[in-house]
Amino acid sequence: MPDARVIPIGSESDGKTRRRRKAAAPPAAGGRNRAGAAGSGRRGGSGAAAAAEVPEEYEEAVPVHAPLPGAEPAPVAWDERVASWLTFLRRRVTGEYPVDEFGFDPELTDRVLLQPMRQLYSRWFRVETRGLENVPDEGGALIVANHSGTVALDSVMTAIALLDHHPARRPLRMLGADLVFQTPFIGELARKSGSTLACAPDAERLLRKGELVGVWPEGFKGVGKPFSERYKLQRFGRGGFVSAAIHSGTPIIPCAIVGAEETYPIIGNAKTLARILGLPYFPITPMFPWLGPLGMVPLPSKWIIAFGEPIRTDDFPAGAGDDPMLVFNVTDQVRETIQQTLYKLLVQRRSVFL
Amino acid sequence: MARVVMVTGVSRYLGGRMARVLTEDPEVDRVVGVDVVPPRQDIGGAEFVRADIRNPIISKVINAAEVDTVVHMGVIATPLQAGGRMSMKEINVIGTMQLLAACQKAPSVTKLVVKSSTSIYGAGPRDPAMFTEDMEPKHTPRYGWAKDSVEVEGYVRGFARRRPDVLVTTLRFANFLGPKVDTPMSAYFELPVIPVLLGHDARLQFIHEDDGLAALLQATTRDVPGIFNISGDGIILLSQAVRRCGRPTIALPRPMAPIVGTFVRQLGLADFSPEQVRFLEYGRGVDTTRMRSVFKFEPQHTTSETFDAFVAAHRLNRVLTPERVEAVEKQLLSLLTGRSTANA
Repeated sequence: MPDARVIPIGSESDGKTRRRRKAAAPPAAGGRNRAGAAGSGRRGGSGAAAAAEVPEEYEEAVPVHAPLPGAEPAPVAWDERVASWLTFLRRRVTGEYPVDEFGFDPELTDRVLLQPMRQLYSRWFRVETRGLENVPDEGGALIVANHSGTVALDSVMTAIALLDHHPARRPLRMLGADLVFQTPFIGELARKSGSTLACAPDAERLLRKGELVGVWPEGFKGVGKPFSERYKLQRFGRGGFVSAAIHSGTPIIPCAIVGAEETYPIIGNAKTLARILGLPYFPITPMFPWLGPLGMVPLPSKWIIAFGEPIRTDDFPAGAGDDPMLVFNVTDQVRETIQQTLYKLLVQRRSVFL
Repeated sequence: MARVVMVTGVSRYLGGRMARVLTEDPEVDRVVGVDVVPPRQDIGGAEFVRADIRNPIISKVINAAEVDTVVHMGVIATPLQAGGRMSMKEINVIGTMQLLAACQKAPSVTKLVVKSSTSIYGAGPRDPAMFTEDMEPKHTPRYGWAKDSVEVEGYVRGFARRRPDVLVTTLRFANFLGPKVDTPMSAYFELPVIPVLLGHDARLQFIHEDDGLAALLQATTRDVPGIFNISGDGIILLSQAVRRCGRPTIALPRPMAPIVGTFVRQLGLADFSPEQVRFLEYGRGVDTTRMRSVFKFEPQHTTSETFDAFVAAHRLNRVLTPERVEAVEKQLLSLLTGRSTANA
């Protein structure tokens, strides 16, 4: 049984991972990813077809872009873009678009649901990604991240980082709480954007299919924690995500997200109101609910999403997924890695907003 | 090997077709069809016995014909056909009890095939995306046909315990659909305006009637005991299905659904039971790995193809056909790009 080994994301192992990825992408891409805030500010898609229209710097680094299943190839000219949108609309009207067994609608997600979020990603939060080369180009992997920020914007931003900025354009399949799927509209949109219920059968099924799965084990305890607790990881689930990864033999990629905590600082929790509305918490921030809809605008904090070195699970002995001691150990290792990385990134961060 | 097959529910569409197909099978010597009403369609060379499986007379039929294989297709999903929910429950639950009691006493019976349904998995927000045969329902069905199916499977399990020498194959079918079969889902999609639930988009799976029949035939003629999910590949979203019908929808807030459901039911348009409403709210998916690996069955139609076959056969989509929409798309495109070049 391996001991818990804590490697802060992006530390000594950098050289090693960079070498490993050399075959897949030229080092220029990796190097630029790790470049400071200055270089990445203007990165990110703009306009209607940002999904297909990859920023120039990636164009040269990664010549081949796998299009989404069912998506149209990258439109170049204006009229081609119109044609591609018309085709999209026609398929919407006639119901002839592909949906996978979990209800994931890649076309709708890419063209419609993520569109406003992309503006938030590149202009508002100016998200900087690190260690994208730790996420494999193909095959299943489980991304485990810290959860924060009152509304789960961090999961959407991670999904955009992987879809738009990973060379293999990987869609992230997120695991959500059952409350999400009970709620009208939210549950529907969650399924269409690739989420499914956080339960062992679904997680393992996705991982075995070779999908990239995202999980935020802190759940509502993470998103709804008071501002004073920021960047302190809460209870980290029951280790179910570790068992799922071990059962399917897929690597676990710890991921640290800095910046989401400051989007909506929770200074109070209206517990009675939350109980009446059936919510896990009802946030009170310096702006919400005092300023009404204006209070729902997130603060423009500067974000860093750092992907760590994968933790392999395929070399564990058979039955390891059912060994609670080992599962707890690995859970702890993942948790510590994320916590240490968070502290490290916070020290490096110059300011919350710049 | 002398094979005498008894088919229950023979007067309904699938039962009748099953009986007809079985008579054409060279391995089957004799087919006895049982139902409470005489069949309206041709059941081929099958003998029809008018018997109610709800009373012990069924035992005499089994013994007299020395039935060795019983195909139980008498579980009804449509209360409108059965003459109300009460009589539907009687036929489904009491009928199954009587039938299994008779089988238990009959030494000639060596095989039982049960047409069950994936509705036994229930439907709800805590469901896994795809149910395998070993999974327990997260939301146990409490009404209607789904509840009946749960009870029927319970009695079948009890029977299998008491008669371990009998091979029992239970096929859990996804919703049947196709050119001819009449199910709660087909009635629903044939409504002039389709009510859907606001803020929900269920995942649906269908099995083509021909595939379902082939699976039942395979279970009858080959020995593969066990429980199997049977469904076409893939899923279709309710919104997608409705668009392929080219019908307008009316989005109902969840609390209003039972009221509208009762209204639709009283008009006799479709069966819109609470269970059905819940299914349309959350949908359901089942895993069919075991169907392929153990039962060795390959459906000819995917869920999507099944739905298209249903739409085509019923000519549901007369206005927004894919061809017309594509023509509009081309017109719009030439209009828009034509103007853009003119401006440039």
